[in-house]
Amino acid sequence: MAAKRKKNSRTKKVELPEDSDNSSDSKLQNDNLIEQEIDDEEMSDSDGDNPFTDDFLQGDEDEEEKGSDSGDESDSDSDDEDLEVKSRAIDEEREREEEEANAELQLNIKEEPDEFQLPTQKELEEEGQRPPDLPNLQKRIKEIVRILSNFKDLKHDGTKRKDYVDQLKIDLSSYYGYNEFLIGVLVEMFPVVELMELIEAFEKPRPICLRTNTLKTRRRALADVLINRVPIGATPEYMAGHYMLQSASSILPVMALAPQEKEKIVDMAAAPGGKTTYIAALMNNAATEQLSPGIIYANEMKEPRLKSLTANLHRMGVTNSIVCKYDGRELPKVLGVNSVDRVLLDAPCSGTGVISKDESVKASKSTEEIFKCADLQKQLILAAIDVVDATSKTGGYIVYSTCSMMIPENEAVIDYALRKRDVKLVPCGLDFGQPGFIRYREHRFHPSLEKTRRFYPHVHNMDGFFVAKLKKMSNTKPKKDTDAKIQKPNSINKAGEESQQDDGDQNKKENGKKGGVVPENGKKRSPSNHNSGKKRKFPAKKEIPKA
Amino acid sequence: MRPLDENETTQVFEKLYKFVGNNLKNIVENPAHEGPDSNPGRYCFRLQKNKVYYVSESLVKRATNIGRDNLVSLGTCVGKFTKGGKFHLTVQALLLLASNAKHKIWLKPTSEMSFLYGNHVLKGGVEKITENIVANDGVVVFSMSDVPLGFGIAAHSTQESRKLDPNANVVLHQADIGEYLRMEDEL
Repeated sequence: MAAKRKKNSRTKKVELPEDSDNSSDSKLQNDNLIEQEIDDEEMSDSDGDNPFTDDFLQGDEDEEEKGSDSGDESDSDSDDEDLEVKSRAIDEEREREEEEANAELQLNIKEEPDEFQLPTQKELEEEGQRPPDLPNLQKRIKEIVRILSNFKDLKHDGTKRKDYVDQLKIDLSSYYGYNEFLIGVLVEMFPVVELMELIEAFEKPRPICLRTNTLKTRRRALADVLINRVPIGATPEYMAGHYMLQSASSILPVMALAPQEKEKIVDMAAAPGGKTTYIAALMNNAATEQLSPGIIYANEMKEPRLKSLTANLHRMGVTNSIVCKYDGRELPKVLGVNSVDRVLLDAPCSGTGVISKDESVKASKSTEEIFKCADLQKQLILAAIDVVDATSKTGGYIVYSTCSMMIPENEAVIDYALRKRDVKLVPCGLDFGQPGFIRYREHRFHPSLEKTRRFYPHVHNMDGFFVAKLKKMSNTKPKKDTDAKIQKPNSINKAGEESQQDDGDQNKKENGKKGGVVPENGKKRSPSNHNSGKKRKFPAKKEIPKA
Repeated sequence: MRPLDENETTQVFEKLYKFVGNNLKNIVENPAHEGPDSNPGRYCFRLQKNKVYYVSESLVKRATNIGRDNLVSLGTCVGKFTKGGKFHLTVQALLLLASNAKHKIWLKPTSEMSFLYGNHVLKGGVEKITENIVANDGVVVFSMSDVPLGFGIAAHSTQESRKLDPNANVVLHQADIGEYLRMEDEL
C-alpha cells in the first residue's frame, strides 16, 4: 500500500506540474521534477495522505486518469528526456520496492525462529492459565520438530537442544493428553520425526482383524458370507464360532510359537482366549475329526476374565483344553516342573503399545508401574521356563510377548531370563518387524536379543508389540547362591569391566557351575553363560574385551 | 472333579438320548485321540461344580493335578445340574449334539435371528424338517447353510406340524448360540 501510494503520489507529482505547465517540458522543470521526486519521497506519505483522506476513491480515480492522461500526454509530448526521467523514476521505484520487500521478507524469516525462541517462563504461565490453544501448540510442536531434526542449521543460538526437547515434551503432553513420564520415555526411544509418526498413529485405531476358525470353516467360505454383513460382532457365524475378532498383533506370538500336534501347551495368561483358540486351531483340534490334538492348559488369574475365556473356547469348538485359575507363578508347582512342551506367555503389561485402543494409558503410567509390571513379568517368565521340558522331542520353546513398548518390560525381562536360566533366544519365525534393542542408553543387553521382534503402529500398522522366542537348553538351574550374588549393588559394576571380571571369577570359584551370572541389571552383556556348565575362566576373560 | 454317580449319569444320558437317540453309543464310546498318549482313551463325563464335562481320559488324567477350586473347565461342557437336581443341557453341547442328532430342523434365513434371540421356532420359519419326530423329542436347529444354531423340544410331531398355522410353535427353544453373546455370564 505504501508503495502504491508512493507511486500514485509520485505519478501525481509528476503530472501536476505537467498539467500546470502542460506542454512545456523544459529540462529545468524536469530536473526540478526529479528533485521534487526525491523530496517528494520523503514527504510523499503526508502529501499522499491529503488527497487520500479528502477524497478517497475519487482521488484514486483522478490520479489514475491523470496518470493515463499524463502518460498519453507525455507520449504525445514526448521528449526523450522526459521518458528517461520517467523510466529512471520507475526503475528507482522498483528498486526501492524490491529492497523493502526483501527487508520485509528478511524480517519475516528472522521472526520465525525468533518466535521459536522458546516461550519464556512468563509466557508459559500465562498459557497454563488459559485453556490450551491447540493450533498454536501444534504449530509450535511442528516448528520444534523441524528445528530438532536439523538442529545444527536451524537452532537458535543460545538455546540448547535440551530446552527444545523439554518444551516439545510439554507441548506434546498437553496437545495429545499424555503424562510427562510416558512422553519422556517415548522421546528417548525414538528420533523426533518418528516420534511424531508414532504419536499420530496412536491417535487412530488400528484395523480390526478377523481370524477364521479353521476348526469350523474355511477362509474363503467365510469371506463370502461376511462380506455383506454388518455388524460384524454379532453375526450368526460369529456365534457359531467361525471366526474371532482379534488384533493382528495378537496373532503373531502364536505364529512364533508354532505348536505341533500332540504337544502339551500352556497359555499362561490366556484370557480372553484369542491366542488360546488359535493355538488349538493350529494344533488341529478338530472337534469332529479324529486327529491327535494334544492338550492346552489355559490359565488365567482373574476370575471375571475366565468367563470370557471359557465362553470363547467353547464357542470356537475347542475340546482339548483345560482351563484353570492360578497365579501363573504357581504353575510349576501345579503342573509339575519340566512337564510341557511349549509355553506362551502373553504377559500382563503396561499396555503402552495399545494406546490406540485405550487412551487412559496415556496419562496413567508411571515409573513405578512399569517396574512393578516388569517385576511380575520376570517372575512369570521364570515360572514359564520351569514348566517347560527341555528334553521334549518336538518342543522346549517359550514365547514371551507383551503389548508394550517399554524397554524394562521387554528386553530387560528377556535379558533377565537369559541370565537366570539355561535358555537361549531363537529366531521368532516372523520375517517382518524390527529387531529388539541390544543397547539403550546405559543398558547393555545380550547380543542375541536382536532375534526378538518389535512391532510399531506407525511402521507395521498394528499395535505396538514385542515378541521373543526362547528355547530351553537344559533343565538345570543355577544354584540359589548366584541369586544372592545378584543382589549386590549395581554401582560396583558401573565402574567397569574389571570388577565384573572379578565378580565373575568369584562366582565361578564359589559355585563352579556354569551359572556364572553377571550380577546386575543388564547393564552389561553377559558373556554366553548358556553353554553347558564348563568352567569358563579363560573364555570369559577373552570375551569381555570382545564385548 | 469327580465322575458322575448313578443318578446323575442316568439323567444325563436320558437328556442326551432325546436328541441323539441311539447315537448315544457313539458319543460314549468315541475313541478319543486327544492328548499326547498314543493309545486312544475313551471319553468320559466328569462333574465339576455342578457342570458336566465331556472329556477324554487322558485329559482327565492331566487335569487331576489342578485343585478343585482352581479348575474352571475342561473339554466340552455339556450341561449343568440345577439346585433342584435336574439336569439341563447347555449350548456348549451343541457341537456334540449336532454331529449326532437324529432330529433336525432347518430354518429359513429370515427367522434365524429370531431364534437366536431366544424365541421359539414358528412354523412359518421352518424350511425343512426331518421325518418321524414325535412330540417332546429333542430337535437340533440348523440354518440353511447347515450351521447349528441351537436346540429345543419338539412341540408336535412332524405330521401334526404340517397342519399347523404359520404362527404356531414347532420347536420350543432350549438353547441357542446367541447365548454366547447375550448370557456370557451364565455359561
